[in-house]
Amino acid sequence: MVDITLDQDKKDFIAEIEKLSGQKIMRCYQCGRCSAGCPLADYMDLLPNQVIKYVQLGLDKEVLECNTIWVCAACYRCSVVCPKDIDIARLMEALRLLILRDDIEKMDINKIKKEEYAELPQIALVASMRKYTS
Amino acid sequence: MEIAYYPGCTLRTSAKNFESSSIAVADHLGITFKELSQWNCCGTVYSLASDDLMKHLAPVRVLIRAQEDNKENGLDNKLVTLCSMCYNTVKMANHLVKNDEEKLDTINQFMDEEPDYEADVNVLHFLQLLDEIGIDRIKENTKKSLEVLNLACYYGCYLLRPEEASIDEEPEAPSIMERIMEAAGARTIDYPFKNECCGSYLTVTEKKYTAERTYKIISSVVNRGADAIVLSCPLCAFNLDRRQKQAKELHANMKSIPIFYFPQLLGLAFGINSNELGFNMHYVDPRPLLKEKRLIKR
Repeated sequence: MVDITLDQDKKDFIAEIEKLSGQKIMRCYQCGRCSAGCPLADYMDLLPNQVIKYVQLGLDKEVLECNTIWVCAACYRCSVVCPKDIDIARLMEALRLLILRDDIEKMDINKIKKEEYAELPQIALVASMRKYTS
Repeated sequence: MEIAYYPGCTLRTSAKNFESSSIAVADHLGITFKELSQWNCCGTVYSLASDDLMKHLAPVRVLIRAQEDNKENGLDNKLVTLCSMCYNTVKMANHLVKNDEEKLDTINQFMDEEPDYEADVNVLHFLQLLDEIGIDRIKENTKKSLEVLNLACYYGCYLLRPEEASIDEEPEAPSIMERIMEAAGARTIDYPFKNECCGSYLTVTEKKYTAERTYKIISSVVNRGADAIVLSCPLCAFNLDRRQKQAKELHANMKSIPIFYFPQLLGLAFGINSNELGFNMHYVDPRPLLKEKRLIKR
């Protein structure tokens, strides 16, 4: 017989994500509308619905390694089409924060070329720093 | 009529023409934008974490300034914004504290150097204000019809999502910008990307993604016969205008089109001097199109 119950550490991970995002992740039934609508899905290694499935399975290490959470631009397209009312943008933010709150930074402002830096609007720089640094 | 106004950072740098044209258009319609006596960056993105109130302090501080200024100036308790990102961040933070007394209380206690926020400011986007003032007023003020222009109105994300922030009753099929541009005589097209993301801040670290988005959006509107895009977000404007350079490197056949802030074209329709409208600040120069359509002389 196959045992599909989750270990306690996996349950803890799911509970942490649900708390941080304020979303009931286990509601997802994998309809895929989030991925179908995502404007940046082409660049993601895990599709948004797969990210949700990984979280449901408590695959913390695997899901935190995906590039999806950093490609997501929080446009809320997925959130408004979810038939189960999961605000997926908040799930993505929770996953980013699990990494960023360990003091890991995902962007280095010094790597932006001077001429590009001068041309970028502040809203782009501030938003980027808000999403990629802690 | 006077209304409290929050500019936000980008309107003082890359989107100066958005501000100057908005103020000129508002002025023309008898609305005076009264800039907040003090303001700070709103943080540009609304925090999506359920446990972190710190990130909401900046927009709430802006709201407190609006509340206090409005009291002092005897104005209706409203705040108008231009930048879509500021609009969304301030609007959503306002929504949060209006509906969560405990969080409002925590924020007020933390910012004990400020007066308490009473959660009573009404945050508006300039498009809503124009719609409120009335399509008829825009029609009456239109001296030079924009009928020669076929426009694609681009909303992006933050004027429409989340639902609580939407400036249109139908966030999935918005028409507020079309109504306003059509009142000034313009023709508008319908197309599938008007409420889809431009790639947003990924333009900083992943230029290619925003260039591809730009290519998709622009090809779509060009195929449907648009002469130009009109929008309201300085980040969408940057991506759809400046990133045409990278988009062209990836897709040599892409046709370039100008990207306008909506008040720039309303200003032309109202007969406002084009010097105030900042057509010199674009990457894709809009002046050849405007000359060809006889909307400007030189």
